[in-house]
Amino acid sequence: MTTRSLLITASPHLGARDTTPTIMWSVVASLVPVVGAAIYYFGPSAVLVIGAACAGAMMTELVFGPKGALKDGSAAITGILLGLVLPPGLPMWMAFLGGVFSIGIGKLIFGGLGQNIFNPALLGRAFLQAAFPVALTTWPALGGDWWSLRGDNLALPLMSPATPDALTGATPLGLMKFEQVATADSNLIMGSIGGSLGETSGIIILLCGLYLALRNHLNWRIPASILLTVALFSGGLHLLDPVRYPSAIFMLFSGGLMIGAVYMATDMVTSPVTNRGCWIFGFGIGFLVVVIRLWGGLPEGVMYAILLMNAMVPFINRATQPRVFGTRLKEVGS
Amino acid sequence: MLHKLSFRHGVHPPELKELTEHVRIRRMPYPDEVVLPLRQHTGKPARVMVGAGDRVERGDKVAAADGFISAPVHASAAGIVEEVGIWPHPDGSYSTAVRIKVDPYSAQAARPRLVPQWEGLTAAEIRQAVQDAGVVGLGGAAFPTHVKLAPPKDKKIETLIINGCECEPYLTTDHRTMVEYPERVQLGIRIMMRCLSVDRTMIGIEKNKPDAIETLQATLPSDLDVTVHPLTVKYPQGAEKMLIEALTGREVPSGKLPLDAGVVVQNVASVGTIAEVFETGLPLVERIVTVTGHGIRNPSNLIVPVGTKLRDLLDMCGGMTDDAFEIVFGGPMMGAAQANLDVPILKGTTGVVVLTESQCRRVQSYSCIKCGHCLDACPVFLNPQLLGSLAKAERWEEMEANHLMDCMLCGCCSYTCPSNIPLSQLFQLAKAALRKRKAA
Repeated sequence: MTTRSLLITASPHLGARDTTPTIMWSVVASLVPVVGAAIYYFGPSAVLVIGAACAGAMMTELVFGPKGALKDGSAAITGILLGLVLPPGLPMWMAFLGGVFSIGIGKLIFGGLGQNIFNPALLGRAFLQAAFPVALTTWPALGGDWWSLRGDNLALPLMSPATPDALTGATPLGLMKFEQVATADSNLIMGSIGGSLGETSGIIILLCGLYLALRNHLNWRIPASILLTVALFSGGLHLLDPVRYPSAIFMLFSGGLMIGAVYMATDMVTSPVTNRGCWIFGFGIGFLVVVIRLWGGLPEGVMYAILLMNAMVPFINRATQPRVFGTRLKEVGS
Repeated sequence: MLHKLSFRHGVHPPELKELTEHVRIRRMPYPDEVVLPLRQHTGKPARVMVGAGDRVERGDKVAAADGFISAPVHASAAGIVEEVGIWPHPDGSYSTAVRIKVDPYSAQAARPRLVPQWEGLTAAEIRQAVQDAGVVGLGGAAFPTHVKLAPPKDKKIETLIINGCECEPYLTTDHRTMVEYPERVQLGIRIMMRCLSVDRTMIGIEKNKPDAIETLQATLPSDLDVTVHPLTVKYPQGAEKMLIEALTGREVPSGKLPLDAGVVVQNVASVGTIAEVFETGLPLVERIVTVTGHGIRNPSNLIVPVGTKLRDLLDMCGGMTDDAFEIVFGGPMMGAAQANLDVPILKGTTGVVVLTESQCRRVQSYSCIKCGHCLDACPVFLNPQLLGSLAKAERWEEMEANHLMDCMLCGCCSYTCPSNIPLSQLFQLAKAALRKRKAA
């Protein structure tokens, strides 16, 4: 018999088909329709901003990350998600800087994939919000030529971008908070509203999330509990005082709630590992979103709600450990 | 039935049993040489009784039980003892073994012997006969069967559970035993019920073996309370604790034995062997082995003399295909990979699975992404994610505080881990380290 090599490994010798890279890349694939919607609504600006954020994230991973880490797809997700929560008219260099911060400070400094406490994309956005508050709250008006840029995307670094006043609009949440103007529900659901690149089409995001949930690449309990909490809490308030408080539909489909609930909060690394923990985590986010939006100083609260709950994850994990089989048994009469 | 008979969590590996589930059991011809390690069971290894040059007949005792939790070893073929020495063992180490050159002209008939009439024996005498025949659990763990038949006096055994789940992918040993030898299984149950003086027996079989369920149902005795229960197909349904929960709704307390839940669990093949001992008077010298996998040319269910070398068994089944890549003793979920084709089949070897290159687990592992899939898979509700990170930091004591000792190494966590972290291997390592630290 010819010599043949035999593999020696520990059991189990079979494995489930999903691997970390396939999960990551399937999330990237599921983001294609969301990016498509952003391009449909915001034209070339969407491509420029998302591209710049991705370039920032992936180049940082390539330069400072472990060898081959780019292939696992997590930097691509962070870049795309960061791009999707930025305003369409943002100068590209800011988006790029946000991507660098997301991966560098949001992930690699903790030790790379799986070690970070906060969602890197949201941390990058929080950084940009703190560094460039005006640019991050300048929203283009809808309409106009599809080919036109929705702001000064090509501004040079550290130059104040030229923002013609005529081009700016407001988000539905801003309108509600500062001008007491409501937006039509149909516009909200379809996405023809002002806002960040990925904040527009709630329906598309929900469908993409459903695909991921069916493949078990996200824990459906997190978006379910966030959306349920927001719907019930804001719906209840709306019943109490319909003039002061907006309807549940408005709260669900405005701002970054959809992309936050489906894509940001469900980041496996920064969400609880237990299923019960996921319900608590989602409830906390939903509650904070409503509180910040209705009673806080900011029009939008999804980002801070998720980051705050990210910080709670280790405690939630510890508090929701399941009962180990055969322990703490009640005395059962046979 | 109102609720599905199963347990919570677990995984669904591909069943892959179609290769051999309808293949009739054949008898393998005697090989040129058999190797009988003294360590074939859980507990103390047997004490050797023969020396080089001795002539042995089939069924002769070559090593005696050394203490209560031990079992004797018998010659599985007639021939001359070539050597008592060190030989590769399927667990990856070396062990003392009796090597017998099989006499090609022998009729392989056993010596004249007394067949014990079990109806006339007391429980203690039945136990003794079972131990003398070297019967151990044939489901894989190879725990001496007579120990299970001797529960402490203060523990009341209410139910005997017969394990016909065979939840490991590929394996069909128990399946074919139930289909082809249902009467033998029923006789074994009768003897065990008598020995344990229990009134109720439940046979648990996964639903993917409808023919086994049917044959056992058709041969149920009318004078005893024996029932067949079809179970959900899920791994590890055949793990003792999971099976007990599925059938009786009771959880075996952490760190305790099935006895503490009033249950004794016995594998179908072991029950069949007990019946065989009282039918023929022959000790455990052969067993049914499934030789299967996509890397073997003729997958078969074979009656194999204990001690047959892996090489001879593979040749008997047409040899390996060109893309064969890994040979596993036992099932692919918990079995041990083999490096040496000279290792012998033991009493506890349920099957030999030859996997192909494309089936084998990918080699690269990634960082833990805290997806929580392992928590959803663990049938005993541990947190493998936390235990895994503790194991990498060698924080054994903290692992123990997090119930490491309840882990039964079923491998569900490793199976499901997308980052391919060898969780169950780490836990095995941690258990060994803790045992060593306690002994020191």
